[in-house]
Amino acid sequence: MVEFALPKNSKISGGKTWPKPAGATETREFRVYRWNPDDGKNPSVDTYYVDTHDCGPMVLDGLIWIKNHIDPTLTFRRSCREGVCGSCAMNIDGQNTLACTKSMHDVGAGGAVKVNPLPHQPVVKDLVPDLTNFYAQYASIEPWLKTTTPTPQKEWRQSHEDREKLDGLYECILCACCSTSCPSYWWNSERFLGPAALLQATRWVTDSRDEATGERLDNLEDPFRLYRCHTIMNCAKACPKGLNPSEAIAELKFKMVERQI
Amino acid sequence: MSGPSSMRTPLERVRGLGSAHTGTSDFWRQRLTAVAMTLLIIPVIVVVIMLIGRNHAGAAQILGSIPIAIILLLFIVASVWHMKIGMQVVIEDYIHNEKLKIASVMANNFFCVAVALASIYAILKLSSGV
Repeated sequence: MVEFALPKNSKISGGKTWPKPAGATETREFRVYRWNPDDGKNPSVDTYYVDTHDCGPMVLDGLIWIKNHIDPTLTFRRSCREGVCGSCAMNIDGQNTLACTKSMHDVGAGGAVKVNPLPHQPVVKDLVPDLTNFYAQYASIEPWLKTTTPTPQKEWRQSHEDREKLDGLYECILCACCSTSCPSYWWNSERFLGPAALLQATRWVTDSRDEATGERLDNLEDPFRLYRCHTIMNCAKACPKGLNPSEAIAELKFKMVERQI
Repeated sequence: MSGPSSMRTPLERVRGLGSAHTGTSDFWRQRLTAVAMTLLIIPVIVVVIMLIGRNHAGAAQILGSIPIAIILLLFIVASVWHMKIGMQVVIEDYIHNEKLKIASVMANNFFCVAVALASIYAILKLSSGV
C-alpha cells in the first residue's frame, strides 16, 4: 500500500534556535529543514533570524544571508537568482516554488518563513533533493527533434502559427516544483512520468517539425506513464513560471483519443 | 536506492517493462459513461419517484413499459462500467503490492459483473412480469 506516514528515520525532531543577529533593528524568522546524511540523526527544523536591513527581499536572499552570516553548513542549490535556472526550487510555506522569485514579504503573513525541501523526494542534504529519477524521466521522453527526412541545408522551417503552439510549453525550466506537488507522482513516481516530463512530451508531440509524433504517443500510452494524471491541477498552482502542465497533459490525452476515433 | 536494483541505471528503471500501449480505451469509456449517466439521471430519478410507495404489482406495471425498462438497463450498464473503471484507477493508485493489486482488480471485476447481472436480471424479471 501507499505509505501515508513518514518513515521512522524521516520524522522531524527538535532543532536548534540560533541567536538573533547582534545590532539588527528588524529581523525575520526562518524555520529551515535540516538533515545531515553523516550524523545519523533524524531531520530537524532550525530557527534563524535574518537581519532584513542587511538582506535582499527574496527568500533565497534570506537563505544566502543565513549561510554567509550564521551557519555556513546550511546546504541548498542556487545559481541564477532570477527564475531562469530552476535550481532553488523548494517548499516555502507549504507551496513548491523558486526561492529566488518568492519575496519573503509574501509568505508567512509576517510570521516565520518555513522552508523545506521539495516533497516526497529523497534528500541529499538539507534543502537538496535527489532528482535522479526526475531527470531520467525527462530523458525517457527523448526531448530532441526526431526526423527521418534528410536534414535541410538551412533550418527546419516552421510557420508562425505552429511556432505559437509551443508557447506555454517551451518555457519550462525543469525545476520539479510541479511533479513534486502532485500526489499521483508521490504514490507512483517510479511509473508515472509526472507533470514536468509530460509537459515536455507535449512540447515535442506538438512541434510541427518533429516526425516522431506517433512513436512518442506510443511510448506515452500507458495506464501509469500518462493516465495516473487525474487533473487535480496542483502542478498548475505550483508552477513558478505560470505554466499549466495539466492542460498539456489533457492535450496528450485528447491526441490519444483522436488517433483512435 | 539500496540492494541490487541500485546497480540499474535510472533510465533503465524509468523505462521498466515499456509502455503498455493501453489506457486510452478506459479513459474514453469513463468519459462516455459519465456523459451517458448525465443524460440518464433525470429520467432515472423520475422512474424512482414513480416507484415510491408502490407494491410489487405496481412496480411490475411501471417497469413493464419498454422505454422505462430500457432507461433503467442503460443506466445500470453505464454506472457499473463507470464504477468498475473508477475503482480500478483507485486500486492502481494506492495498492503497490503486485499480487494484492491483481487480486483486487480481479475482485473488482467480479463484483461489478455480479452487481450488473443481478440488477439487469431484476429489471427484466419485473419488466416481463414473471
